[in-house]
Amino acid sequence: MPKKSTNVDMTAMCDVAFLLLTFFMLATQFKPDEPVTVTTPNSISEVPLPDADIMLITVDPDGRIFFSIDNQNVRNDLITKLDEQKGLNLTAEEKNNFIIGASVGVPFSQLKSYLAASVDEKAKLDKSAPGIPTDTVVTSEKNELALWIKEARYSNPKLRITIKADAKASYPDIKEVISTLEGWKIFKFSLITGLKAVPPGTAAYEESMGGMKSE
Amino acid sequence: MAEMEVADKGGKKGPGVKKSKKLSTRVDLTPMVDLGFLLITFFMMTTTLNKPKTMEINMPYKDDEEVIEDETKIKESTALTILLSKKHRVYYYEGMATDPENTPEVHVTTFKPEKGIRDVIIDKKNKVEDLKRRGALNEKDKTTILIKPDTNSTYDDLVSMLDEMAINDIRVYAIVDITDVDREFISETENANPGN
Repeated sequence: MPKKSTNVDMTAMCDVAFLLLTFFMLATQFKPDEPVTVTTPNSISEVPLPDADIMLITVDPDGRIFFSIDNQNVRNDLITKLDEQKGLNLTAEEKNNFIIGASVGVPFSQLKSYLAASVDEKAKLDKSAPGIPTDTVVTSEKNELALWIKEARYSNPKLRITIKADAKASYPDIKEVISTLEGWKIFKFSLITGLKAVPPGTAAYEESMGGMKSE
Repeated sequence: MAEMEVADKGGKKGPGVKKSKKLSTRVDLTPMVDLGFLLITFFMMTTTLNKPKTMEINMPYKDDEEVIEDETKIKESTALTILLSKKHRVYYYEGMATDPENTPEVHVTTFKPEKGIRDVIIDKKNKVEDLKRRGALNEKDKTTILIKPDTNSTYDDLVSMLDEMAINDIRVYAIVDITDVDREFISETENANPGN
């Protein structure tokens, strides 16, 4: 019996591997780096998060509030305005750090030192950050979140407001955020949730089944 | 195939020219495939294919200057009040407890899928439909649920409750501040069921 070669031609496999690689490279959207990990609760809602014009208010399990908006131009606008209003004396570099950075969760008094910090230091600061101070009254001097929201809305009026809160966050913390939004006459906003299946035998289940039948 | 056939039409093959050794052009592709799959794995891990979902929420219009007496418009018989409390417990009673003389019966349940708050909501809906059929309520009346989260409830409770509204197709609901009366109901019910 002739000895057969065990050499396999790898070309085909290589082709497939790179095809998949190209697909994933193009389809990928990197997870935005979050200062805190938040486990959202689940709901049956299937409305996807829009791609652009989002204001994200993150609430972590301890009730700390982080603020972020998505567009870099808007971020630029926002930090310039806040710098003037609050007299933060930010340098161009610190402003740039804000523009390219992620969510911010420090009071205005600490904002300058936070933005001046290096990436590693920031990660540490995020762990100890007190979060953006809020209050139930929108006009209160203490309510810095209110100012963030107001200025962000001036910078981009189309902003869609989303709240991403941890399932373990306590209600009064959420209530403060909602009251602040209500104070600015924002009554429509979105809560970010995970997806769970519609329980059978309920009104929503029948509706989803009915919708499928009529198609 | 990966190997390329090198054209061998060289005119240099004279008698004096040393015949160069023909090297194989076959390249071992295994490391390249390895690298390819490594990168694939990386992109698969980092990619977010399922985008987060959002739940839209509309709060009732509120203005401090003009007080809208909205609550009086809701009929007692269509209302169900749900109190969210600690340890994911849910307290509920019929009506809105507007009459201090006549305290409602407060029950306690949880978010469990069977015999939990969902069944209570479905029951209430059926009751309202029944009253409509008997003419006790107008066609326009709808089951109204007041959600009152206590300070020791979590965001999870609130979202679960709002989700129940979507699940059971309750169109009229409101998130209302909890009152001291409601807190009393909770502690009374707690005392009545020390086992829980």
